[in-house]
Amino acid sequence: MRNLERRATLSAWIFLTPALLLITVFFFLPILAALLLSFTDFDIYALGDLDRLRFVGFGNYQQLLQSPLFWTALGNTVYFVIVGGPLSVMLSLSAALLVNAPLTRFPGFFRTAFFLPVVTTLVAVAVVWRYLYHPHYGLLNYALSRFGIAPVDWLGDPNWAMPAIILMAVWKNFGFNMIIFIAGLQSIPTPLYEAARIDGASAWRQFRYITLPLLGPTFLFVALMTMIGYFQVFAEPYVMTQGGPVNRTLSVVLLMYEEGFRWWNMGYASAAAFVLFMLILAGTLLSLTLRRRGSS
Amino acid sequence: MGITLVDFKVFTQNRIDYRYTMRMSSLLRLLYLLIFLIALWLTGCDSTADRPIEVEFWAMGQEGEQVKALLPEFERRHPDIRVRVQQIPWSAAHEKLLTAYAGDAMPDLFQLGNTWIPEFVALRAIEPLDRRLKAWPDTALADYFPGILATNRLDDQIWALPWYVDTRLFFYRTDLLSDVGFTEPPTTWDDWLQVMSRLKTSGAAERYAILLPINEWQLPVILALQHGATLLRDRNRYGNFQDPRFRMAFTFYLRFFEQDLAPPASNSQMTNLYQNFANGAFAVYVSGPWNIGEFGRRLPTAMQSKWMTAALPEFADFSLHSRAGEGSEVRVGASLAGGASLALSRTSPSRDAAWKLLEYLVQPKQQTQFYRLTGDLPARQSAWHDPVLSGNRYAQAFREQLQNVQATPPIPEWERIANRIAYYAEQVVRQQMGVDEALAALDRDTDWILEKRRWLLERERRRSPSVSPPLTGEGREQ
Repeated sequence: MRNLERRATLSAWIFLTPALLLITVFFFLPILAALLLSFTDFDIYALGDLDRLRFVGFGNYQQLLQSPLFWTALGNTVYFVIVGGPLSVMLSLSAALLVNAPLTRFPGFFRTAFFLPVVTTLVAVAVVWRYLYHPHYGLLNYALSRFGIAPVDWLGDPNWAMPAIILMAVWKNFGFNMIIFIAGLQSIPTPLYEAARIDGASAWRQFRYITLPLLGPTFLFVALMTMIGYFQVFAEPYVMTQGGPVNRTLSVVLLMYEEGFRWWNMGYASAAAFVLFMLILAGTLLSLTLRRRGSS
Repeated sequence: MGITLVDFKVFTQNRIDYRYTMRMSSLLRLLYLLIFLIALWLTGCDSTADRPIEVEFWAMGQEGEQVKALLPEFERRHPDIRVRVQQIPWSAAHEKLLTAYAGDAMPDLFQLGNTWIPEFVALRAIEPLDRRLKAWPDTALADYFPGILATNRLDDQIWALPWYVDTRLFFYRTDLLSDVGFTEPPTTWDDWLQVMSRLKTSGAAERYAILLPINEWQLPVILALQHGATLLRDRNRYGNFQDPRFRMAFTFYLRFFEQDLAPPASNSQMTNLYQNFANGAFAVYVSGPWNIGEFGRRLPTAMQSKWMTAALPEFADFSLHSRAGEGSEVRVGASLAGGASLALSRTSPSRDAAWKLLEYLVQPKQQTQFYRLTGDLPARQSAWHDPVLSGNRYAQAFREQLQNVQATPPIPEWERIANRIAYYAEQVVRQQMGVDEALAALDRDTDWILEKRRWLLERERRRSPSVSPPLTGEGREQ
């Protein structure tokens, strides 16, 4: 019996080896290298001649935390997560409820339509949205002018640029979470609703006491993934504003990209990556604890 | 239906059987492939002696596309050389070259923006050309626009040769300017501001006088160079942006936005530049040679007789800036010495063949031909005698402008510093900062960016200077 078990463990390891090897080579080793890099001032001088590399200890981290640019980027990212995240989850849930409602005609069509932005290339989406946001002949300002609202320079005004990016990102991404919510909704047994209806529960009470609690795990998953994904926001500001105007849409990952691949300050960029990683980890742990405390 | 996992088991079960049968045959196939590759490698080894030398050439954007038309003639003249052109998009070019250097996969010959030269010299990625240039006649180097050639010279060595040139000047609407009483473009800063104000007051509220993309650093730097600002100080080791000369040029630049002569918009917001120019949303645009072709193609036919190019006005407040020997004659204000160069990789084994290709591509005849193909302006003045260029009325202003172009500080960090200039200019335009505060911050950022450079210079000074190679930017002062 013992022997059999050991053999089973051994074969498990053998089966796991290729995957583990790949993960080690392409995931753990690069992360370790990046961690080491973040303690150096690796830049183009060092790239030309390793003799010009300095070990700076926590210098990069210190510099990063003292840099106003990093705090601007972090502030923008947190803004994006706090406003965009809940908005995206709410919209996904609403869309899922609507698509999944028994009264909805052509649910397949709407599901596809709402999912389309997710699979559309971001660059193409950005071109269209740049037109929508155009201060002079954008559709959005045209619609607002109908209500007597003065034109807004969406991507040029420092106060409006981030809301504009959030709006676009939410529109682009809500379809994915919607699909997960739909799957969650469909796994809720219908007899529960039938019983509730017989007891005379209103639609709101059915939602509050059946749908929401049973959707809990799905909700947690969606909220976490959205938070992690939104913390890493990069592509939307990169193609729409390049971080402007006056860095109001500069995100941490965009800053990291600029430092690393535009200015080739690999050490500094790696430090930024690890700070972001710690932040996401802290955010994830916090929401898991909150969740656990909420359910107990 | 959403996502169902019901069929998954059946699916995987079928898959396993299928895979097992596949594995044997794919293993065999892999073996065959291996044998084939080894055979190929062996035959390859045998025939290297009589195979032509292959030159790998990286060129960017449309240049990479069009240069192929020049190569058959080169390969006819040099039957022992085969050229392989790799076309790289401009947006990824810098990153790709650096990655290639890091991965030891550099091409033999490559195009690079001439502002990148200091960086690649610091990397020790390019081979100096002085030894090879000794074979050239004395007149050949003098044929280049001097300001352009200077960007390729560093520490008294020539590292690359200019391929085509780029500088910034006016593209303007002749009809709109003459409407406000100017038949000639402005030649001094004062004139310039006056024309702009008149254009603004004469037009509708949505009309701007000039378009200056707010995220571009070029114009504030041009104005500063015209005003004699040094940009950096102490052998390019510290920022010098609080200097009164830079400050004055900077505030002059800001005045376009303060007086609402230019819209505070960045490049990415300009969705239809050509249409806006055609319908008079702005009358002047500061841009480079590629727009000669673009304006010709994209503006409506009726507009074609109504636009022109002109060299930049100069700073001519003689009370502040008088120099001996310079009278009141109309001259041209300085602009940037931009463009692309060709360089040899230091590690390439076929440098000699690559040099032959480089020599061929910079011949005046090929330069003219290349202009025909791409619209890129030749770096050699003799190429401009060809009727195809002397007959192009839009190109003449560039020829004039190219006589007075200046280089930006020749250090690898320059591009990064330049971006900070644009950033702080935008901060002031958007009223997030005052001018003094912005310039102090700009100096502080610059000093931080240059910290590594100062450390390297200091270390070199301490070590014996004869042992280690000099750092870039030492030999050329602003």
